[in-house]
Amino acid sequence: MIPESFEYHAPQTLAEASRLIAQFGQEGKILAGGHSLLPLMKLRLASPRHLVDIGRVAELKYIREDADKIQIGALTTHYQIESSELLKQKCPLLPETAREIGDVQVRNKGTLGGSLAHADPAADWPAAILALGGEVEARSESGSRWIPAQEFFVEMLTTTLQADEILTAIRVPALPAHAGEAYVKFAQPASGFAIVGAAARVVLDDAGAVAEVGVGITGVAAKPYRAAAVEGVLRGHSPTAKRIAEAAAHAAEGVEVNADLYASAEYRTHLAAVYTRRALEKAVERAGGK
Amino acid sequence: MRIRIKLNGSWREDDVEPRLLLVYYLREVAGLTGTHIGCETTTCGACTILLNGEAVKSCTVLAVQADGAEITTIEGLASDGKLHPLQQGFWEEHGLQCGFCTPGMIMAACQLLGRNPHPTREEIRQGLEGNICRCTGYQHIVKAVEFAAQKISPQSTVES
Repeated sequence: MIPESFEYHAPQTLAEASRLIAQFGQEGKILAGGHSLLPLMKLRLASPRHLVDIGRVAELKYIREDADKIQIGALTTHYQIESSELLKQKCPLLPETAREIGDVQVRNKGTLGGSLAHADPAADWPAAILALGGEVEARSESGSRWIPAQEFFVEMLTTTLQADEILTAIRVPALPAHAGEAYVKFAQPASGFAIVGAAARVVLDDAGAVAEVGVGITGVAAKPYRAAAVEGVLRGHSPTAKRIAEAAAHAAEGVEVNADLYASAEYRTHLAAVYTRRALEKAVERAGGK
Repeated sequence: MRIRIKLNGSWREDDVEPRLLLVYYLREVAGLTGTHIGCETTTCGACTILLNGEAVKSCTVLAVQADGAEITTIEGLASDGKLHPLQQGFWEEHGLQCGFCTPGMIMAACQLLGRNPHPTREEIRQGLEGNICRCTGYQHIVKAVEFAAQKISPQSTVES
């Protein structure tokens, strides 16, 4: 399993990387941790002429708190997120999601930005970033823009990133008071990818009713999505077990549900409701609700 | 492309094709065949090595990505002809049968004990989740890692 030949470029700065990727256009591919792209190249499903390895761009490796937001550099590895004390306190959904990805070795090398840009429809990060209402920063030589997570994923392995743009950062809200988050997944036993993964974020008001809710679902459709119908049933209401179950029943509403060797569309639809319910129950419990 | 790698303590320089996978670099360029090629799909863990101290699957890293890095392979663990405590543990506790997964198991365990010197059995299993033993000798592998943990930093037995 040897990739096709390519020219290798190892820029030291983001500016240099942006220049290279603008120059190569469709013939260039960005390499971050390589744990999505290299497997594709080894199978020759991807054969870029130019590989721009941004692994040495130090300015893309950070986790920082900025007022009520958390910003994470695109090259931060799954393990760095999993083990971050700041994130465990300020955005526990991210470490909880990181722990579910691949295995120890994969988490040492794979990156948050790389996974999001790759946009595998069964990857874990999209569910979490969607539930949090996060944003993704894209930079090119002509400037930078922030893309809401909901607009970022277009199709299987396709995002709104342009050929000359590099995904540089992810921004999510820090955990406010009376809030809880959770990610649960039903993993394919061999690959570890999500047959269904559900992430939930719930913020309660003083009366214990749901003030804000975000539910992100991966593995179920051609792209990860935010389950608006689920959120609609919960918002403004007391999150009783009955209300949560009612809401979760809408988990696969409005999407074309995947069917494959491991799970039929009917079974996946069922699992989506079950895992959405479990994620919501955990999030509500952590928010201090009943 | 010219790359420079500190391999098991000594720097070396080689000309490699950018598409050369690190595991082939280790085995065929550097001649260190202790690192095994199993699945080649980032699944089995047989090719696990330490890259700048972190366990990675060397079938899913390009040799050029490791330019300037420090790498430790199974050959770099023993010193002065004395087995590393993990190697000794696998020996004493029968941690291998066919031995194919062993180098990867030991390198993954090496990182595990670096991050957590006194892991529980459950934590050992989690730390080795990325390594598959097709002889299914997991019980003995866990015992081998426990042996090494005790050897590296002795801890008095916790009273139950």
